[in-house]
Amino acid sequence: MKSLLPRGPRRAYVKADREESTMKTENGQAKSKAKKLRPLDKISSGISGLDEITGGGLPKGRPTLVCGNAGCGKTLLAMEFLVRGAVEHNEPGVFMSFEENEEELTRNVASLGFDLDALSAQKKIVLDYVRIERSEIEETGEYDLEGLFVRLNHAIDSIKAKRVVLDTLEGLFASLPNEAILRSELRRLFRWLKDKGVSVIITAERGEGLLTRHGLEEYVADCVILLDHRVNEQLSTRRLRVVKYRGSVHGTNEYPFLISKDGFSVLPVTSMGLDHPASSERISSGVERLDTMLGGKGYYRGSSILVSGTAGTGKTSIAAAFVDAACRRGERALYFLFEESQNQIVRNMNSIGVNLEPWVKKELLQFHASRPSLYGLEMHLLTIYDAVKKFKPRVVVMDPVTNLITVGTEIEVRSMLTRLIDFFKTEQVTAMFPSLTTGESSTSEIAISSLMDVWILLRNIESGGERNRGLYILKARGMEHSNQIREVLLSNHGIGLVDVYAGPTTVLTGSARIEQVGLEKAEADRRKAQMDRRQREIERERGVTDAQIAVLKAGLEAKIDELNQEITEETLLDQVNAKSRFNMAANRQADVEPKSQKPRGD
Amino acid sequence: MSKTAKAEKKNSSKMPSQEAWELRLYVAGQTSKSVTAFANLKKICAQYIPGKYHIEVVDLLKNPTLAKGDQIFAIPTLVRKLPVPIRKILGDLSDTERVLVGLDLRPKGDQTA
Repeated sequence: MKSLLPRGPRRAYVKADREESTMKTENGQAKSKAKKLRPLDKISSGISGLDEITGGGLPKGRPTLVCGNAGCGKTLLAMEFLVRGAVEHNEPGVFMSFEENEEELTRNVASLGFDLDALSAQKKIVLDYVRIERSEIEETGEYDLEGLFVRLNHAIDSIKAKRVVLDTLEGLFASLPNEAILRSELRRLFRWLKDKGVSVIITAERGEGLLTRHGLEEYVADCVILLDHRVNEQLSTRRLRVVKYRGSVHGTNEYPFLISKDGFSVLPVTSMGLDHPASSERISSGVERLDTMLGGKGYYRGSSILVSGTAGTGKTSIAAAFVDAACRRGERALYFLFEESQNQIVRNMNSIGVNLEPWVKKELLQFHASRPSLYGLEMHLLTIYDAVKKFKPRVVVMDPVTNLITVGTEIEVRSMLTRLIDFFKTEQVTAMFPSLTTGESSTSEIAISSLMDVWILLRNIESGGERNRGLYILKARGMEHSNQIREVLLSNHGIGLVDVYAGPTTVLTGSARIEQVGLEKAEADRRKAQMDRRQREIERERGVTDAQIAVLKAGLEAKIDELNQEITEETLLDQVNAKSRFNMAANRQADVEPKSQKPRGD
Repeated sequence: MSKTAKAEKKNSSKMPSQEAWELRLYVAGQTSKSVTAFANLKKICAQYIPGKYHIEVVDLLKNPTLAKGDQIFAIPTLVRKLPVPIRKILGDLSDTERVLVGLDLRPKGDQTA
């Protein structure tokens, strides 16, 4: 603290030191006392993300110092704090400006959708511009800043303000030559504001070696937020850091932030842990055979899917099918494009029978197309974060994620993706990352693949003078998955996966596969024809045999008939012979009477 | 304090002058600095621009809205409304030389002295 102390009356330093040391001992004891004491009251800053970093917001009824270089968004942060407080938390606010007048302020924040005129009319916000012209001012003797107090007091009381912004108090240092008076008055001002019980944001310019140019941190020691605006390789990133927050834990990292048309948003993704939920719900990949390959049900909801492959292997097509399937289920999908424009991808996907346009019209599908080099990685992250927060999609595609590497180094990309995936998982968003690779498997792919739950590899298979697309699943965490290579067929009916011809020595795809399949079919046909022919032969043989049997049978029967005839004739002949013998005997009057017959009757 | 001011106002308004000096002294309650400033102001005016001035004392504790009009932040502040340009003098006006410079009376003061 001592080293940070700026010029000024010695008395003030001594006092500051003493305050600081008493505060320290209090802090030391605070832990044991904390259970009995009420924790520090906080108020929502209204700035998305900042409340998460500070564990609930800014200290209630205390001043917060926001410092940073010119153009890093101090005024905007302060203004949003005020406006959100007035609109969302019913806490009216006073904006005392030392730099811009009311009209300028109103116009500046109108672009963020804040209507200060309306808020002023509703008595929710008071703007007070304090103009100090050095040239008009002459100092003679003793004075104090009671005028400022009176104005502030009046403004606060007129709308019962709970929040106050002083933007930028350091304007006073430039205008008032007597720094001794100014410093003692500022000390009085902050004491007075604390007594008044308003939550204050004081903005200040960043100084050389100091947080603020005039050492305002000496007076405002409760909470200090530092804004930064850095340019690295022509890409600028805004960052925010909570330097100090007395009596509260807070995130200590530098968090990137974004000033968009909806205001300020800080991205506290680094603070996320690995405690996101794991859903067992499965969602379709949009390609039937791919679902089959993934245990028959598709991806887990909330998982992250890496689809990697060289140029033209059908990554975007797989992604489009996935998005299409999500929209069919009535889920919202967000598609980040880093290479193509929205119109281009809609047209291109039409050619493979995936019509995305109706989903865009139904507001189920949103595209965000931007060149990776448009801004830095952190900004990309923030834009993605912002878009996801607003659109609330269930499915996100980042196509191609590898293009971001052109913006940052591999380490940075990996760190960004880690945070992004953490974020998606927390939101239970299923994310697909088409990744362009150059060779077999590049280092970047390896670097990010460990973050992914499913890794689908698409590759070109060259053989027989042609190129075909092969697909296989390298990994799929927590599910049974096929180990087979499939061939991707893109036609105007959509994406199809077919089995490749996996012979004993080679894998055939494309024409070779078709040829092989044709050959096999011909062979099968031939064999079938042969079988048929043999069957017919046997059939015919059977007919012949049957006929022969019939002929033989007929012959046999004829013989039996003949035999019977002969037997009958023989019997008849016998009878006739017997009769004629009797008759002859009678005629001859033989002495031997025939045994059975009495010839007398005749 | 305000009573005195009103009395002064009446007196001065009756004074005929070819070049009217409109002076406004902003105070916040009767603090010692304010009282000193008022006394010093009267003394200086009586000496350098006798009969040509008009002093109005504004107590911001009673009329806080008036602070904004003249962009008052320090107390006491003397504002020279007329003649233009507007000048502001902060403090209890104890340094007469600087008050005269502030009021653009220095050259005149040299002549009269």
